[in-house]
Amino acid sequence: MTGALNPQFRLEGLVVGAANRLAVTAARAVAESPGAVYNPLFVYARPGLGKTHLLNAIGHAARAIDSRVAVEYLTLDEFVEAFHAAIAAGQGDSYRRRFLEVGVLLIDDVQFLAGRREMQAELLRVVDAMQAVGRQIVLTSDRPPSEIESLDDRLVRRFGGGLVIDIAAPDYETRVAILRRRAEERAVRFEAGVVEAVAELEIDNVRELIGALNRLVAGQAAGDAPLTPAEARALIAKTLPARAPVVTRAEPVAAAEPASGGVDEFADFLQEVSATVTQQVESWRARIAEAILRWEGEGYRVARLQALLDADVTADPADELRAFEADVGRLRELQDELEAMAPDLAGATALRDPGNLGAAEAFVERARQGAAPPPAPSPHWNLAEFIETASNRMAVRAARSVTEEPGTRYNPLVITGASGNGKTHLLHGIGNALAAGGITVACIGAAEFVDELISAIDRDGVGLWRARYRHAGALLLDDVHLIAGKERTQEELFVLFNLMLDTGRQMVFTSAVPLAELAGVEDRLRTRLEGGLVVDLPEPDRELRERAIERLLSARLEAVDPEFAAYVAGRPAESMRASLGLVQRVLNAAETKQVHPTAALAREVLEGPVQRAPRKAVPVRPSGVAPSSALGVRSREKMVWEWPDIGARIIEEWR
Amino acid sequence: MSLVNFTAREITCKIVYYGPGRSGKTTNLQYVFGRVPESRRGRMVSLATHGDRTLFFDFLPIDLGSISGFTTKFQLYTVPGQSYYNATRKLVLQGADGVVFVADSQARRFDDNLESLQNLQENLLEQGVDVRELPIVLQYNKQDLPRDLVLSREALDEALNFRSVQSFPADALHGSGVFETLKGISESVLRRLAAGEASG
Repeated sequence: MTGALNPQFRLEGLVVGAANRLAVTAARAVAESPGAVYNPLFVYARPGLGKTHLLNAIGHAARAIDSRVAVEYLTLDEFVEAFHAAIAAGQGDSYRRRFLEVGVLLIDDVQFLAGRREMQAELLRVVDAMQAVGRQIVLTSDRPPSEIESLDDRLVRRFGGGLVIDIAAPDYETRVAILRRRAEERAVRFEAGVVEAVAELEIDNVRELIGALNRLVAGQAAGDAPLTPAEARALIAKTLPARAPVVTRAEPVAAAEPASGGVDEFADFLQEVSATVTQQVESWRARIAEAILRWEGEGYRVARLQALLDADVTADPADELRAFEADVGRLRELQDELEAMAPDLAGATALRDPGNLGAAEAFVERARQGAAPPPAPSPHWNLAEFIETASNRMAVRAARSVTEEPGTRYNPLVITGASGNGKTHLLHGIGNALAAGGITVACIGAAEFVDELISAIDRDGVGLWRARYRHAGALLLDDVHLIAGKERTQEELFVLFNLMLDTGRQMVFTSAVPLAELAGVEDRLRTRLEGGLVVDLPEPDRELRERAIERLLSARLEAVDPEFAAYVAGRPAESMRASLGLVQRVLNAAETKQVHPTAALAREVLEGPVQRAPRKAVPVRPSGVAPSSALGVRSREKMVWEWPDIGARIIEEWR
Repeated sequence: MSLVNFTAREITCKIVYYGPGRSGKTTNLQYVFGRVPESRRGRMVSLATHGDRTLFFDFLPIDLGSISGFTTKFQLYTVPGQSYYNATRKLVLQGADGVVFVADSQARRFDDNLESLQNLQENLLEQGVDVRELPIVLQYNKQDLPRDLVLSREALDEALNFRSVQSFPADALHGSGVFETLKGISESVLRRLAAGEASG
């Protein structure tokens, strides 16, 4: 079903000039490493510029390098015919499978895919299947993929994902080289200047150029004497279409000849100058194009160099190329830095565009900031000041133990308990103790942790966000119960948890909800939290309250009424925070009244003023409990918190 | 003057027609002027005496349009040939990218040609220009005159072209060889683009 490779079309037979240098370089690379470099390779050019030659040459070269490589060349028509035949025979699948055994598939003239949806879909399947197993595909067309009428976008993208490259019309020097080589191959000798004279004719199609050579050979064979340059030019020029104006090179004319009557001398001159300027500029363009091929191959964006070509003008390309190379060098430095800092960011596209070095610098700068210590524990809380009593002994000792042997003894340490009992204080205390030991501590509330992640997702900076925590030496997360229902946060925390555990870095969590009751948190995370040490920080006992209150008063007052602390500590409070709130109320009242805070004042503030007015006799109910009245209860606290005491007092007064 | 201005994306070639008095320098420019479309050329400035002798210099700007993205302009100058206008010649010669030496092919002007060529070299030397580096072509004008009056191209090459530069027989009055000469010098000048002469 397929055409064999044309033995005449080899890479060695191609005359390489500025117009096809890139395509030939790419072809050579593909032949040397099929499937590894530009895959697919898509070559387009106007007819007669050597596409088929190049396609065959790739096949020959690939075979020459590795004779085991299976090479298959076919035109699109052959591809279509074979497919139809396979479908008719009910062997569509085997048709596709057979391409998987081909190392290099060469398909010519794919522009004929235009408007053939079914074949486009088939080719897409073949391309995908071959790419998946690392087989090389090379295609040619007379136009770029984007200009093939109604070509499936997916195919356009597939082709664009490899290398799309064009072959331009040969320049003067290449034309001379082609004519000379073909003449040599045919063992024909021309007079000096003949080949050059024909090359000066703007024949921008290699096939036509070979045709011109054939006419020259025939013309010379028919005549008695070798052709002169003028005769050769005349012989070929008359067969050329009107489009090709004759460019004559500087060649002294005999003074005796009349000035070229009728010939547009200025146009001729203009063409001459244009050719010279273009030639000079072309040599730069070739250098830029080679650089594009190189850097693109290494994965860098080359829009900046491409722009030079597209603009059809360039500053001194050596400077431009040096500048580009320097920028690539800088990108590599940044990449190395990032690799050390956050390996999962090293492949970021921001580091592949030398045209936007600023963005790369900014990206790495953000990473540097991201890699800097994350939120540190508050310096106001330290472990040494945390009062240890019977009620919290277990938690405090576990905390100390964690700071003494971070990451080894209790990891993670989970502190549970109602709000206001000092979990956050203990957490930050642990954090500061760890930080004092030289550990970079990430200490953050779960709510902020979630917010940070959301914000990172918003600005597409999750990688940086991760890096920030993954580089921490310890992770302290307050109120972990707040991640309930936050699936993405849990996922990130799960990965972070495992990473820190595996690398022996300490984690401490606090939760206001017992782990067993932690709803909305994935089991895999909850069980891991339970896998460390879970300690409870219960409601503070009286001793703890009293010592805490004494410390507060000592810090605020010069002289402390010893009964004051004892009294307030004796007041019922649901948490340490509530106890200290009571103290604050008394202190505020003292400040308002401008008196020294005492136990008496505290009693008055917390229980209400002592009633002096005579009370009415309170009837005694059969139950023995005196009913309350509007005057009987002045302080809500008596009703709510001190019921047994109140009862006792009322009964005493009544007696 | 820089040959290539990358910032302005402009190539400007200053070409000076040099040679003895009445060798046909202005005639060269006039012929070129007559062949350049009006849209492409500027006003030809010519300061001449009553006897049509160039008193100061001729100047013909030509705009070749955009070539490979470069706005390409040629400025053609002539110098006054008479020996006593040397100061003007020096002035015009300054910053030249190329020189066309227009020699009078008549045998009787042989010495004038030599003297003028020598003068050209002296002036260039004075301006610190290396004669070997500056693109120069020779034009042997008035080759249309009877053979017994003019020297052959070979004889003139022998006498004047000791650096083996391009030489062009010409009849500037009728235009023969005029554009060939211009093309020759243009190509030499533009070839220097690749030789690293280009600078912003």
